Amino acid sequence: MVDTDVSRSRTPQRSLSSRSWAVILGGAILPVLIIAAWQLTTALGVFTIAQLPSPEMVWTAAVDLFDRGLLTLDVAISTQRVIIGFVIGAALGLGAGALVGLSRASDILLAPTIGALRAVPSLAWVPLLLLWLKIGEESKITLIAIGAFFPVYTTVTGALRHVDRQLVEAGRAFGLRGVRLFTTVQLPAVIPSVISGLRLALAQAWLFLVAAELLGASMGLGFLLSDSGTNGRLDRILLAIIMLAVLGKLSDALIGLLEKWAARRWS
Amino acid sequence: MSHTADVSTDLTGTDATGTGPTGADPTGAGVRDRDELRAGATTAGPSAPAGNTAYTVEFAGVGRTFAAEPVLRDVTLTVAPGEVLAILGTSGCGKSTLLRIAAGLDAPSTGTVRIDGSAVDGIDARCAVGFQEPRLLPWRTVSANVALGLPRGTRRDAGAARVAQLLELVGLSAFAGHRPREISGGMAQRASLARALARNPGVLLLDEPFGALDALTRLKMQDLLLDVHAAAPTTVLLVTHDVDEALQLADRVILLGREDGRAGATIRQEVVVPGRRPRDRGSAELAELRGRLLAGLGIERHGQPRGLPSTSTVPHFPY
Ligand SMILES: Nc1ncnc2c1ncn2[C@@H]1O[C@H](COP(=O)(O)OP(=O)(O)OP(=O)(O)O)[C@@H](O)[C@H]1O
Ligand SMILES: [Mg+2]
Repeated sequence: MVDTDVSRSRTPQRSLSSRSWAVILGGAILPVLIIAAWQLTTALGVFTIAQLPSPEMVWTAAVDLFDRGLLTLDVAISTQRVIIGFVIGAALGLGAGALVGLSRASDILLAPTIGALRAVPSLAWVPLLLLWLKIGEESKITLIAIGAFFPVYTTVTGALRHVDRQLVEAGRAFGLRGVRLFTTVQLPAVIPSVISGLRLALAQAWLFLVAAELLGASMGLGFLLSDSGTNGRLDRILLAIIMLAVLGKLSDALIGLLEKWAARRWS
Repeated sequence: MSHTADVSTDLTGTDATGTGPTGADPTGAGVRDRDELRAGATTAGPSAPAGNTAYTVEFAGVGRTFAAEPVLRDVTLTVAPGEVLAILGTSGCGKSTLLRIAAGLDAPSTGTVRIDGSAVDGIDARCAVGFQEPRLLPWRTVSANVALGLPRGTRRDAGAARVAQLLELVGLSAFAGHRPREISGGMAQRASLARALARNPGVLLLDEPFGALDALTRLKMQDLLLDVHAAAPTTVLLVTHDVDEALQLADRVILLGREDGRAGATIRQEVVVPGRRPRDRGSAELAELRGRLLAGLGIERHGQPRGLPSTSTVPHFPY
């Protein structure tokens, strides 16, 4: 029994990882080409340094900021904000989504209001949050949480509405009710879509982070962007953009792994 | 549902001499010998939840109307404790609805159902349901699905032992760790039956439990049900569309159907099946009853009862 299980799961995993190396290599081709073209155009003087700094200058800017501990600080504070905001927003989205998806009464009471709030463009919250919560951490984390809330809320309510009624009935027939019915039948049934929702929410959290930091911060990658903008430091702007791309892609890949695992485990 | 896959695995299981293909069923977990089964069921003592009592089920003037369309009306019937009642009827006549009402999954529009003298109100813990579809949780293994049927408060080790025993009983031991999508439709239906049996219910409600099984496994599972019933008596309400199955398994058969000009199905015929179980599948007496029930289902009887020529194809019982 155990033996067959292991051998069955081992074979596909091996072929998958060997293929995923090819996938990673294939995905790296374009960035390498872009950097090469960038290097080439700056070396040939196609653009002036004021228009486009060379990769080397961006690297030097990175080393400079790193040596002064600023780069690590900016990355750390931005990541921290994203994580805290994401966790709060996703948890609230999960709770509200479960409530609206499971109970007809809360659906009627809450769904229209939440739907209207979702229609508000993200930047519209900024002045309000700045006035209410000042330029502290709370205002930024709140904005990120708002960004993370809606993708989770939407996917959870949608998935819960589509849970197989026959399975729920079978669960009820075997004496499951309330929280136990939710954890035994409904929650496992929606786990794959919940994780897809989390993935969207994390991407949204990075978007909202930059919005929050651009408009009022003294640290963070968004601050690095706006600060370098006023100082005309193109190299640092490019550095901040590259850091955001790398961090966003990295966190997305992590959740992507979780998503793959969940799709196999829970369906 | 893949019938072909089912046949191959089931044949391995039912091949008592072991000449079938090996590997598919390494622990020899096919449907076992009758004697072995009965022994297994009676030695269940320590692991099975104590106190299996069969309950009376009384339907009093039960009717059910869906959106002004009567489906059932005036169903009045008393099922004795430990009795096996088969419910026959054409497709869509309300058999599943009647069963769901007994389980408390649906409420009657008129009348009441009483189990052991107390009215059914909401889902009833004294019942266990084997649904028409397997309805297994796709993310759980077969054994974890069967464990879902265990009564609340079953001790962990006792529960595990009981699940293993039930899987053995329905011939799924080798598939305990499989997911529902990795087993055939017929195997899923057997797992669903095991889940209902795990409840050790006072009333067992089975909705076409053998509908998706191939003919051979079907006969084996019918015998298995009788063995389970003999070992731990419970009241069984069995919905089926198979007249032979009803006559083989039941003490009494009711036929649901519409009476001329009236909407809503009710009890059209009630037949007490003669003889003790297990019955000879080819007896002339049963053939006569079969003809009557088939006629009630609107099937013409062609000259001689169809049962007689079929005796040559039904294996002599017990085989
Ligand atoms: N929830 C429901 N809402 C509306 N109509 C329903 C509902 N459940 C059942 N019905 C109707 O009641 C009738 C009987 O359904 P039921 O499932 O009890 O039939 P059945 O005898 O079990 O049929 P089959 O042998 O095909 O399983 C059908 O006409 C069906 O459309
Ligand atoms: Mg039915």
